[in-house]
Amino acid sequence: MLTALLFGALVNLNHPGRYVHWGFIQISVANLVVIGLMVVVFVAAILVPFHRKRGGQS
Amino acid sequence: MSVHTDRPTSATDPSLADQWTAKLRKAAETAFPPERLLPDAQPSYVASWVYVFGVLTLVSLIWVIVTGCVLAIMGPTWWHVSSVGLFVNSLHLWSVELFFFFMVIHLWGKFFMAAWRGRRRATWVSGVVTFVISVGAAFTGYLSQQNFDSQWIATQAKDGINATGAGAFFNVLNFGQMLMWHIVLLPLVVVVLTGLHVLMVRHRGVVPPFADTPGSSPPSPAAEVAEQP
Repeated sequence: MLTALLFGALVNLNHPGRYVHWGFIQISVANLVVIGLMVVVFVAAILVPFHRKRGGQS
Repeated sequence: MSVHTDRPTSATDPSLADQWTAKLRKAAETAFPPERLLPDAQPSYVASWVYVFGVLTLVSLIWVIVTGCVLAIMGPTWWHVSSVGLFVNSLHLWSVELFFFFMVIHLWGKFFMAAWRGRRRATWVSGVVTFVISVGAAFTGYLSQQNFDSQWIATQAKDGINATGAGAFFNVLNFGQMLMWHIVLLPLVVVVLTGLHVLMVRHRGVVPPFADTPGSSPPSPAAEVAEQP
């Protein structure tokens, strides 16, 4: 029980997938979340400053 | 009886310079001197998080290959039944998820940098081709799960594949064929193309950013050097 709590999914996934319908577009919520995360990480990678070692040339 | 250990080379014997081995070695040494193949520093513009996704993709691919080898050694009963097998199976799946996650961000970054500039078209094209073949490798992986999910995907995919005409030689209902594509052919192609892609990046260097103002030249990779990220 403890192991299941520690390592189980944060969200209950034991059900049929949920889908978003928008006109002719149909996409699962899981795929939509992954695409959203990729956009967030991409934007963060551009905006977040990169740590440089002191003494390194710029 | 004496044994000669000093073999003549094209450096000591000019008549050997026409050998294909000598020509190939010279071409490789010219294209990939050791300091370019494994550099200690990168141009200063590489000091940005957007440049790390290529190597993250590479690390994910290594995890995919390693976990895939373990699954191949142990077999489907192990990965379906034992807890360690299920764990390694999950590692294989999630490293693939990360592989595509990082590869798509890498692709976005390189697209907006127009990374095909500076005679880097082959690098860009090899990346695109590797991406497409990776999709096929992942698809055949879903078909090789040996569960209801793989049966569902195979029966849903067969009409689409057959409509393209590829079904004549690529039968998604043929489990043995899909498994061989997944564990032999496609990984081999992906690994070889990824190796060539990395070599091309080492040969031409990381693409410099656009110039700040039209007409001014972008920074030279050799001129500005920073610590390796």
